[in-house]
Amino acid sequence: MARTLYDKLWDDHLVTTRSDGQSLIYIDRHLLHEVTSPQAFEGLGLAHRRLWRTETNIATADHNVPTTDRELGVQGIEEDIAKQQVLTLQANCERFDVALFDVTDERQGIVHVIGPEQGLTLPGMTIVCGDSHTSTHGAFACLAQGIGTSEVEHVMATQTLAQSKAKNLRIWLEGTLPQGLSTKDVVLKVIDTLTASGGSGYTIEFAGDALASFGMEARMTLCNMAIEAGARAGLVAVDETTIDYLRGRPYSPQGQRWREAVAYWQSLKSDADAVFDREVRVSLSGLEPRVTWGTSPDQSAAISGRVPEANAENRRALAYMGLKGGEPMRTIEIDRIFIGSCTNARIEDLREAARVLANRTISSRVRQAMVVPGSGLVKTAAEAEGLDEVFRAAGFEWRAAGCSMCLGMNPDQLKPGERCASTSNRNFEGRQGQGGRTHLVSPAMAAAAAVAGRLADVREYL
Amino acid sequence: MQAFTSITGLVAPLERANVDTDQIIPKQFLKSIKRTGFGAHLFDAWRFFDAGILGMVPEARRANPDFVLNEPRYAGARILLANDNFGCGSSREHAVWALMEYGFRSVIAPSFADIFTSNCFKNGLLPVVLPQPSVEALMRECKRSPGFSLSIDLDACEVQHADGRRFQFQVKASDRQRLLQGLDEIGLSLEHESEIKSFEARHKSRFPWLFENQPCRSK
Ligand code: SF4
Repeated sequence: MARTLYDKLWDDHLVTTRSDGQSLIYIDRHLLHEVTSPQAFEGLGLAHRRLWRTETNIATADHNVPTTDRELGVQGIEEDIAKQQVLTLQANCERFDVALFDVTDERQGIVHVIGPEQGLTLPGMTIVCGDSHTSTHGAFACLAQGIGTSEVEHVMATQTLAQSKAKNLRIWLEGTLPQGLSTKDVVLKVIDTLTASGGSGYTIEFAGDALASFGMEARMTLCNMAIEAGARAGLVAVDETTIDYLRGRPYSPQGQRWREAVAYWQSLKSDADAVFDREVRVSLSGLEPRVTWGTSPDQSAAISGRVPEANAENRRALAYMGLKGGEPMRTIEIDRIFIGSCTNARIEDLREAARVLANRTISSRVRQAMVVPGSGLVKTAAEAEGLDEVFRAAGFEWRAAGCSMCLGMNPDQLKPGERCASTSNRNFEGRQGQGGRTHLVSPAMAAAAAVAGRLADVREYL
Repeated sequence: MQAFTSITGLVAPLERANVDTDQIIPKQFLKSIKRTGFGAHLFDAWRFFDAGILGMVPEARRANPDFVLNEPRYAGARILLANDNFGCGSSREHAVWALMEYGFRSVIAPSFADIFTSNCFKNGLLPVVLPQPSVEALMRECKRSPGFSLSIDLDACEVQHADGRRFQFQVKASDRQRLLQGLDEIGLSLEHESEIKSFEARHKSRFPWLFENQPCRSK
């Protein structure tokens, strides 16, 4: 019978069905970070259990780490309780023998950036992490899902995840993406189409000719935000772009094994006659850069458009955002700029922003603009290309890797009422700091907003 | 895990769609390495005017009188009535821990986010999905009638109204059974240890590269 890519990944990992009807899915890679792992390690220890297969686990500290003075290591974390959490990760990794990219390791970074970068994310794998944006890794045709802390402990102890199979949803991206736009604009449009809960219960596969023109990093941006439409996992089939990206990565297979792996990877696509439970079409051709105006990722508009008029449904969001309703998007003034996060902090993202900023400076209206690379290696690569100089010359701060102001668990936070153009993935109330107001945009749009001091159309800056 | 058979309790209405886990338990509290201490900070930014720091006691803070859970009539509520897509966003299980520590044993809504639903069933918080019109009707009644209570019977899979009305809901058989008995899920899965081992051996011979050149502490 014809199968979807998701069906194939499921079938290749189905261990058994438990007596209570739940399926057990074998897990190939488990990514750990400091925030959602301590209670799982504690539970494991209390039950005198060990990790089922140590070497599938890899840990890094990303959420709490400061983006300045990185040479101080853990001691650079000012807040005691945050420091304690990072130290706990170190201690747990030592106790359970788990490999760790620690604060001072150049390979440290946002967990969803370092997986693909190191070749720890490979096609055909099942990947889990106690973090909802694990969907990012689905860009490599692997079944990657965010899980809760109890599930983290379950995977540690059994190397499996207990779950029921999701339904199949295919999103056709039709036509070609206009100049100046990125997959961030595409995915904001997709979420606008599906709503914030439209993908619940589904695994989303992105399809369509346009995908061939997207690099791996652009595909990761798409899958990263599948969760913002409610889908636990997003997928893109394997093609030459996938294989080229993985060749020579530290944990990619080599030699004969590489050839065997590639032969299998090439089968990782939906059969031509596979049936999906639901199909949705999104046209790219007439797409404009998109910006969110509300407090849910499905509340976005084209940059040439207006904030919707206030109504019963959006009144609360508009009030929180300090908007009346009806104002042109381009008149919204911005206080801070954040370029970073697992959505948009890879080298391609930084290049796109730097292209807009070359020979320009940020508006005097903007109080702070910062770039937080997704990993230490992204930072090094960007510096080798001189991107840090472009950012600095424009007036941006050039920081060390981590989650930073995507969620503000470290000191990088918005103040109440401050308005930020951000390349991250969530515009929830208080996400970037209590009372802070977030407008989600692409890296190029963030750069344009920095120059204009208000939301701006990047196509006028190319 | 806490078993769940049936409860009868006061209902509190939270009339907002897409309540995300960042609201249920804001990020600054996730720095704790414990499973407890979150109840005092449930909906922190909505419940209080002052900025919350882990460990603050609610009595010493400036409560927002307009937030529904701060209305005296909802003190001690055990059932939360909510709108679509409750629990969306972050995978943080702390959201479920916070709801339970505050006193909730069940949330009734037209729909829930997927990861939040899994997290509920691992801890003994029952997510009940009822059709939108039923939720709206209950929401209206709850606001109209002080002391409004409901019973939830997991064995019968129904929400029971004091006037005799019954609202049927569906729960996966596996989740229902585990919750009714308060079973340790890891123990349940480890009953299949030998199957996992033989699967792993087959997996290794099919995909040997997944078992070679793996991360290890000494590297
Ligand atoms: S960058 Fe943001 S969304 Fe991504 S893992 Fe970190 S906190 Fe989560």
